[in-house]
Amino acid sequence: MNAVKPRLITPFNVVAGLILLFGGVIIALRFTQGLSFATNLSHATTWGLWTGFKLVFVALAASGYTLTTAVYIFGMHEYHPLVRPSVLAGFIGYTLFIFILLFDLGRAWRIYYPFLVQPGPTSALFEIALCVGLYYTTQFLELTPIGFEWLGMKRWRKVFVGGTVGMTIFGLVLSMLHQSTLGALFLTVPTKLHPLWYSPYIPLHFFLSSAMGGISMVILVGMLSKRIFSHKMEISRETLDKLTVGLAKGAAIALAVYFAVKLVDLSIAGKWHYLFTPTGVWFLFEVLGFVLLPCLLFAHGHREKKPRLIRFTALLTVLGIILNRINIAIVVFNYDLPAAERYVPHWMEYVVVLTLITGGVAAFKWIVQRMPVLHDHPDYKASH
Amino acid sequence: MSFSRRGFLTGIAAGTVAASSARAAGGKHFTGYEGRYGLLHDSTLCVGCRSCELACTKVNDMPAPATPIGDTKIFDQKRGVTDKLYTVVNRYREAKDKQPAVYRKHQCMHCNEPCCASVCFVKAFVKTPEGPVLYDPEVCVGCRYCVFACPYYALAYEYDDPLTPKVVRCTMCYPRIKEGKNPACADACPTGAIQFGRRKDLIKLAQTRMRKYPGRYVDHLFGEHEYGGTSWLTLTGVPAAEVNLPQDVSHDPLPNLTTSFLSLAPLVTAIFPGLLVGFYAFTKRNEALKKKEMAALVAKERAQAEAHLEETLAAKALQAQRNEDHAVADAVREALRLAQKSAAADSAKEEAK
Repeated sequence: MNAVKPRLITPFNVVAGLILLFGGVIIALRFTQGLSFATNLSHATTWGLWTGFKLVFVALAASGYTLTTAVYIFGMHEYHPLVRPSVLAGFIGYTLFIFILLFDLGRAWRIYYPFLVQPGPTSALFEIALCVGLYYTTQFLELTPIGFEWLGMKRWRKVFVGGTVGMTIFGLVLSMLHQSTLGALFLTVPTKLHPLWYSPYIPLHFFLSSAMGGISMVILVGMLSKRIFSHKMEISRETLDKLTVGLAKGAAIALAVYFAVKLVDLSIAGKWHYLFTPTGVWFLFEVLGFVLLPCLLFAHGHREKKPRLIRFTALLTVLGIILNRINIAIVVFNYDLPAAERYVPHWMEYVVVLTLITGGVAAFKWIVQRMPVLHDHPDYKASH
Repeated sequence: MSFSRRGFLTGIAAGTVAASSARAAGGKHFTGYEGRYGLLHDSTLCVGCRSCELACTKVNDMPAPATPIGDTKIFDQKRGVTDKLYTVVNRYREAKDKQPAVYRKHQCMHCNEPCCASVCFVKAFVKTPEGPVLYDPEVCVGCRYCVFACPYYALAYEYDDPLTPKVVRCTMCYPRIKEGKNPACADACPTGAIQFGRRKDLIKLAQTRMRKYPGRYVDHLFGEHEYGGTSWLTLTGVPAAEVNLPQDVSHDPLPNLTTSFLSLAPLVTAIFPGLLVGFYAFTKRNEALKKKEMAALVAKERAQAEAHLEETLAAKALQAQRNEDHAVADAVREALRLAQKSAAADSAKEEAK
């Protein structure tokens, strides 16, 4: 393929390197000085920004299951060129989730205790740990053909490619379970989470919003790959635009269903009156600005075939997912506490999140520059 | 810690799992361990001396409260439990016009069906038959789901400890109960605001007081039914919300909210793989049908094209034959004409001679 060796000193590498170095120091301090050094967590609010981003990373990592399901189960083969970058982005998302979880756990080195020492199956977190563990492994196996092609291990590649459909089904079921169970974490705090966000159906809200976040991430990953690695990407600008327009239809439907479920929730629990409070305005900002608006924009962009508008809308949707998860984890959590006792993230908590995102982007770049992610390996052309 | 792993398992099994399986069996209801202990805090008798705080730190080998007992300035703020204090007394209303001040002691409520136990993914919590909910730091991973889930903000965490951080909370003086002693706070209370005994008896005691002195108490014993009931019962002269207790909450145990959802997981795992294989088969079938249709269409088109080609070829051949015939005829005619012409010329030459 491209024989040009990627240069080491680039503006991106320098900035990313500095962030990773600084973030690494803070993470080291967190482990030597304790959680109180790097976070503002309190006895009243024990889950903060990091938990918020755990939810964000997993929701956006849905790019993997949404696209593999579309391509391998529903036979939308035209999207095949986007499968590998999407699964890779998802895999990196889960990696970030695991990292931030390890930073947040009081005793991270006991991470295997729920499986090997004393399982607590009545916990939603137990199900999440189990499903994420299995799904992470599945995604890794789904990606192994890239590595085998890179290393020229033809026989191994064939074995793992053969399991594609099985792994896709397994991955989708695991995703349905843990994406919704992340919402179920909040079922147990009906008095702490604001009623506009609390719902007995919050697991469903989390699963549906992960689907629309996942599709939006596919659109964005496609765009960024084309912009940054244009020479590596096999499909033409026109083909990518066509796929983007097609994806917008799926995203619009997912957003519409999510919006409908939100309306149902307001109605059956009789929560409309909360809308006329300051928190209600904030809720409307989230649901109208980052759910209904992108839904309409996706639909319009699909009808009028406007890939640029669709890409902007995908970004809006992703920001909406971040807003939703951070709202639930931090902003409207413990809404009843007096202002002085409310949790505000420590600046180091932000630095650690920024470090992880930078690391994720750098890892994506590193892999795409070397391995056949955006193009077919010449030896295996037209073999899928 | 003095309790065994076996105790953990039986405790959880009886406390949460058995309760839900009993519901599943229908008609049966687990009301909790018979004869378990509890504590009654009659907040109308509490004078805010904080003797309980001091006694609590003493029996648990912790440093005495930072603000000395007797310093009433501490009541200017509302405090929560911390990793240095299992229990705190707060003042919710100052004394005014012969109305006494309102205090309340806060600590872990030792729920009948503890949410902390049900959300723990390593089963670090156990509801003992005696009543206290105990925590085992030996298996704790530090996810703090228990601290997050507790509706009473009664759990604290050692954020300062990088290596062995633990969840910190009132143990209801379980070791002292096992020795036949009262919890330290109950012994330390000079006004009798804290009473230790069998939970059933304490409920009766509280009800008697409420009946005898209706003006003194609101008609509600906090902890009797809240989220399935707690071991700590609180009598108040003001509504629960005023002393920072959740008011008008469900009587259904909190763990039920999660378990009813989690029970769907086995169903999803059972149904969806088959359903998805079905979708996949459907897609494949559609693709195969389409391929077949396409092949048939191609064959038909090809046959038609071939037929058309043959016809055209035949017509062309005919045309060519005709053209050839015409050409031959023309050539013959031309040759004849030329021959006639030359013959005529020859005869003219001869005549001239």
